[in-house]
Amino acid sequence: MPEIARNTWVIAKREFKAYFATPLAAVFLTIFVALTGAFTFRLGGFFDRGIADLNPFFQYHTWLYLFLVPAVAMRLWAEERKAGTIELLMTLPISPWEAILGKFLAAWAFLGVALLLTLPMWITVNVLGAPDNGVIFVSYIGSFLMAGAFLAIGSAVSAATRNQVIAFIVAATLCFLLVMAGLDLVLNYVRNYIPGFVTSAVASLSFLTHFDRITKGVIDLSSLVFYASLIVFALFANRVLVELKKAD
Amino acid sequence: MAVLIEASGLKKRFGSIAAVNGISLTVQKGEVLGFLGPNGAGKSTTMKMITGFLEPDAGTVRIAGIDMFDNPKAAKGKLGYLPEGAPSYGEMTAGDFLNFIAEIRGFEAGEAMKRVGAAVEKTEIGSVLGQRIETLSKGYKRRVAMAQAILHDPQVLVMDEPTDGLDPNQKHHVRQLISEMAANKAIIVSTHILEEVEAVCSRAIIINKGRIVADGTAEDLMRRLPSHGAVAISVPGDRVQALRSALGALPGLSRIDTVGQANGHVRVRLVPKTGALQPHDVAQLLRQHAVDVEEIYAERGNLDEVFRQITTSDEAAHA
Repeated sequence: MPEIARNTWVIAKREFKAYFATPLAAVFLTIFVALTGAFTFRLGGFFDRGIADLNPFFQYHTWLYLFLVPAVAMRLWAEERKAGTIELLMTLPISPWEAILGKFLAAWAFLGVALLLTLPMWITVNVLGAPDNGVIFVSYIGSFLMAGAFLAIGSAVSAATRNQVIAFIVAATLCFLLVMAGLDLVLNYVRNYIPGFVTSAVASLSFLTHFDRITKGVIDLSSLVFYASLIVFALFANRVLVELKKAD
Repeated sequence: MAVLIEASGLKKRFGSIAAVNGISLTVQKGEVLGFLGPNGAGKSTTMKMITGFLEPDAGTVRIAGIDMFDNPKAAKGKLGYLPEGAPSYGEMTAGDFLNFIAEIRGFEAGEAMKRVGAAVEKTEIGSVLGQRIETLSKGYKRRVAMAQAILHDPQVLVMDEPTDGLDPNQKHHVRQLISEMAANKAIIVSTHILEEVEAVCSRAIIINKGRIVADGTAEDLMRRLPSHGAVAISVPGDRVQALRSALGALPGLSRIDTVGQANGHVRVRLVPKTGALQPHDVAQLLRQHAVDVEEIYAERGNLDEVFRQITTSDEAAHA
């Protein structure tokens, strides 16, 4: 295994286990599954629609992630700084990138576990009717990608503070702005004042716009590039923030 | 002797404060260097630069000949570091934590087990391996963090206040451990317990306001004190006059200071002109004049005094 993969793997393994060291992981996973269920059946009107698909399920993922992903991300760096273990971590014979990627991937895998726990939903809808499983599969991929983008932002914010609460609030706010940019409510307002291409530029920055397209079964390159570049950009910011802030 | 730690011209500013302002030092194999200085003098910042945690604004660090900032991975591989407060991952068990350190330091399964075993034995933490670190007592936490630092048997060991907050037995144990490892490593230990310097360090550096203000063995440093080489005598109050007249003939004596009075006894200090007075000579002279003394001993001064003198006079000079 090349060194970067090996070191990243060792860091990720430790980080992933750290989630399960406290009951927090169980609490988080329970809330996630319970909320996706509640949203799907109560707010989404899963049964009333009489359509065998998971649209009501995926429709609320963006809003769930808005709060749950910053909660997963907040500890990544803030805790290291608060406990002083960042000094330990950054004087081990590893590069900062290996630490950042390892942490990010561990948290992403944890979110993946949460998503996997909703698979009974997929089974249910197959029992009840004949959904387009291709669309559902693509939607799951899209949801996971979106979670990754939220997470990368949360990780970067976490590196800027030693206070997990602040990390949570700032990350949730940033993600909220990125989500809101796609709402008609916001877009109509923008449209009144500035030309159309700006509006579509704003809309294209939104999680909602891209995720909506994916849940319709359309994976286009622009959405993939959007999420991927957001993750890469946020992780770069993460790297810079770790470097800048580790001395405080 | 191989120079294992080589720092030159280290500088670091935080905002408008020059935390470290031109520190250069070398530590050879077999040396234990004591880092002294008041709080906020730049000790920790210097150590953080030597271990590659912080990048200096100017200056270089070489660990076992490898440049820390050109080749950080290789340099960090040669280095063990116990940061201030001995941080470790509290939610992990001591055993898991050490296994993680062994793995990230690149040891394969069998070798990793051997390394962890050796470190556990040295720091005597075998009984708590299965416990979560956050549930351990301060002493054990410190030892787990020590085990982490020495796990890969590094050539260079940097420890920031390794005995801070430990009880006397634990302190003794840590010092013993340092002394045992000293022969084939270069070690830097920061502390503000000065007895520790005499106990474990072969050399000491005093840092004040980001600069090195003194460098030498404990003995060298104490030689700077006015009380160095003096002889202290305690006599019953009514014999002081006799004592003074008897000692008039003592060669090398500069003056006799009265330093205190207690329980009818007067304590005086014989200050030499240069060099040191011998208690033996003094005692002989006093016997010849039939002056009884209660107590007589050579004053070495102590490092606390040196420390105060150096760091406060430095302050006055800069004020």
